[in-house]
Amino acid sequence: MAARLIELPSPRGPLSGRLFEALEGPPGTGLEPPEAVESGDPIADEDLQLALYVAYEVHYTEIRGVDPGWEWAPSLLAFRAELERPFEAAVDELVEPATDQELASVGAALQEVVAEDPGPPLSRYMETQGTLEQMREHVIHRSAYQLKEADPHSWAIPRLSPGPKAALLEVQADEYGGGSAERMHAVLFAKTMAALGLDPTYGAYLEQLPGVTLATVNLMSGFGLHRRRRGALVGHLAGFEMTSSIPNRRYGNALRRLGCVREATHFYDEHVEADAVHENIAAWDLAGGLAADEPGVAADILYGARALLQVEARWATHLMDSWERGESSLREPTAVPA
Amino acid sequence: MPVVVDPNADQSAPVTITPYPDGPYLVRGDFVVTDQEGNALPTERRTIALCRCGKSRIRPFCDGTHKLIGFEAPSGAEPWPRD
Repeated sequence: MAARLIELPSPRGPLSGRLFEALEGPPGTGLEPPEAVESGDPIADEDLQLALYVAYEVHYTEIRGVDPGWEWAPSLLAFRAELERPFEAAVDELVEPATDQELASVGAALQEVVAEDPGPPLSRYMETQGTLEQMREHVIHRSAYQLKEADPHSWAIPRLSPGPKAALLEVQADEYGGGSAERMHAVLFAKTMAALGLDPTYGAYLEQLPGVTLATVNLMSGFGLHRRRRGALVGHLAGFEMTSSIPNRRYGNALRRLGCVREATHFYDEHVEADAVHENIAAWDLAGGLAADEPGVAADILYGARALLQVEARWATHLMDSWERGESSLREPTAVPA
Repeated sequence: MPVVVDPNADQSAPVTITPYPDGPYLVRGDFVVTDQEGNALPTERRTIALCRCGKSRIRPFCDGTHKLIGFEAPSGAEPWPRD
């Protein structure tokens, strides 16, 4: 696979318009922070989430026509902070504060948090009723994260004490294929995309991804790029791993029911077994270990898991509602090669 | 004085088996999982999870099903005899 290179997408409003125009110029020039950003629904705001996504992407990838010097340009960081503010406030409103009892055993509390997943039964729907076209849409949405699977959580590595760091590395080493690029989860996902007739190039579907999908990735990038949110980042990873093995079995079953080849299902089948391992390490050794070493971030660990579930629930609801209406859940219908 | 590293030195990591709370056994180290005839079962990762609830669909490995059935067991040994 070649190094990442994405195209600057089309702007979706004044925020992304101003940002993208500036990014095409010399680093650090022509970008003033926006006035306090007003948004009725920041989690699903197309303009805000796309601008934030691109502001984070400069840390992950080359963008054609954008000088890499933008990555640490103070004006971009100031602009980004104004986008993060309303998004964080919207997530705050959805997340219940941790109780003292939960803080006493973060590993056990995480089990309770994920057992109360507020989202609709998307994976069960896909397993029993989803169409191949809906499965393709699902894969396109997920490509925003899965083609860089594990990367956002790797930002935590240098920021953890030895015990939780070792636990994180035990998970991440497996995510990255245990020394084999072929087994890397992001590479397996690219193979799934290709097997479904989709373009596995990083960023290929950015134009079609709605704001609510970008929000699922912006949430973890935001946690990852701010050291102060290392607790939330760890909680996000734990929540992700703990809600993965059973849904992934269902997605694999969905593809088998639809007659897809093993190349398409391998990513999901791999996650059934892998995440049954990871979820235990993530909840008890990583999250529990971090809470023990740094009690000051224990509440943020639970925040990260709850924020994950809430934002994922918004996303899953968008998919189910779109399909209920007989519409595509993407910004424009995807043309699938015949 | 040169330091000689004996290429035949035993560098194996001791095997540990850890029951996780209400979850599977995690196995780490230089392990091999075999069937009764001694045939190695395929394991591709350094740390594996063995089913402890009995309801996995990929036994002897864990697939997360314990969460659906409300399986409960401590990480440590259960006391015996019980009060």
